[in-house]
Amino acid sequence: MKPAPFAYHAPRRLEEALALLGALPEAKLLAGGQSLIPMMNFRLARPQHLVDLARVDGLASIRAVGERIEIGAMTRQAAVETSAVVRDGCPLLVDALRHVGHYASRTRGTIGGSLAHADPASELPVVASALDAELVVAGPGVTRVVAPAEFFRAPLTVALDRREILTAVSFARIGPRVGWGFTELNRRHGGFAIVCVAAVLEVDGAGRCTKAAVALGGVAGVPVRSAGAEAGLLGHPLDDRRIDAAAAAVAGDIDPGSDLHASAEYRREMAQAFTRRALVQARGRFQEGR
Amino acid sequence: MDTCLVRMRVNGRPVEREVPARKLLSDFLREDAGALGVNVGCEQGVCGSCTVLVDGVPARACLAFAVQVDGAEIRTVEGLTTDGSLHPLQQAFHDHHALQCGFCTPGMIITAYDFLARHPRPSIAEIREALSGNLCRCTGYQQIVEAVQDAARLGAVPEGGER
Repeated sequence: MKPAPFAYHAPRRLEEALALLGALPEAKLLAGGQSLIPMMNFRLARPQHLVDLARVDGLASIRAVGERIEIGAMTRQAAVETSAVVRDGCPLLVDALRHVGHYASRTRGTIGGSLAHADPASELPVVASALDAELVVAGPGVTRVVAPAEFFRAPLTVALDRREILTAVSFARIGPRVGWGFTELNRRHGGFAIVCVAAVLEVDGAGRCTKAAVALGGVAGVPVRSAGAEAGLLGHPLDDRRIDAAAAAVAGDIDPGSDLHASAEYRREMAQAFTRRALVQARGRFQEGR
Repeated sequence: MDTCLVRMRVNGRPVEREVPARKLLSDFLREDAGALGVNVGCEQGVCGSCTVLVDGVPARACLAFAVQVDGAEIRTVEGLTTDGSLHPLQQAFHDHHALQCGFCTPGMIITAYDFLARHPRPSIAEIREALSGNLCRCTGYQQIVEAVQDAARLGAVPEGGER
């Protein structure tokens, strides 16, 4: 099918984009279009105005800022995936991006578009959750920084007012004693996740876990941090028994639904299995070095 | 403004048209630029048949509005052929019987072309991953993979692509 007619706007500056949102209640932001355009082709979305952010100055950049990596919202996923700064400072993001669609969609798909679209089976919100990302949101006359737990509200729903724009996201650099893992179950390579898991573990000199983040996608409307798994790892050496117990604890933190792709029981089982694999990956990164 | 002036270079030829903002790049290339090798399959970014190079990088033409890529340099499967003779990558597809109905072939060729330009000596697993976003419903994947493997061996696509 073909999209319904709309008026197209291509502002050059962020202030212009914000002004357009203020003036046009029926406007929708267009980032890379890899989720929005299929919805428009099916006429599931029929915005009267599209405000394309691609030509807005300053929204597509990758910068190392102190202990964080800051990525402009309009940075194409393929540019992030191939960035030396990201590979060095935030390799979990690179691993996760390889599961986001295919290369020919990542050349247009953006970091900010994927986060703001917030598909419950998509990978980037899970990474943002695991890494305690900071989401930078510009509104009329004010910019605020939002945490993932506040940003992701419900399936396809984020804490953006219709006059606001997600302009950047920043991730803490993955330090020398930090290991990471990313695992995903899906039917076909590049498809949406039935379950995906991002794990980040920090250890001290004695090999005890000093920080643990376990985030899951596909098991709820928003990314889920497993408090049970994280508590089970903190303060302990990362032996197989601890990892098995932490993976099992995930079951208590999720309440997945059934759909045509997978039953709730299957998702619950797989959430545990894929958490275990992500934790083993993360641990392996201390043992083998990067 | 429901219509927009769009200018592109398609396989080296300038194309300039006033088109509705909602016109997809795939339709622009077929209807306004005459590039009928851009095959439109699913129109939702799943099948990969409409894959073209936009300023040298592969993209789904059905997942972009023409106006979004105003000013771009586009290359479609037609743009690989010079003087009416097959590109070595196309020849490899021919030699390996890597097509039956041919509908997916332009997308396969463009995807493989970009992949080989970035990965001149790929493994079979890498070829399969690279082509995983292109569906072939005649199920000829085995020959397609062999064609790409052979094209890599023959150096059909120079590293970094042709200039």
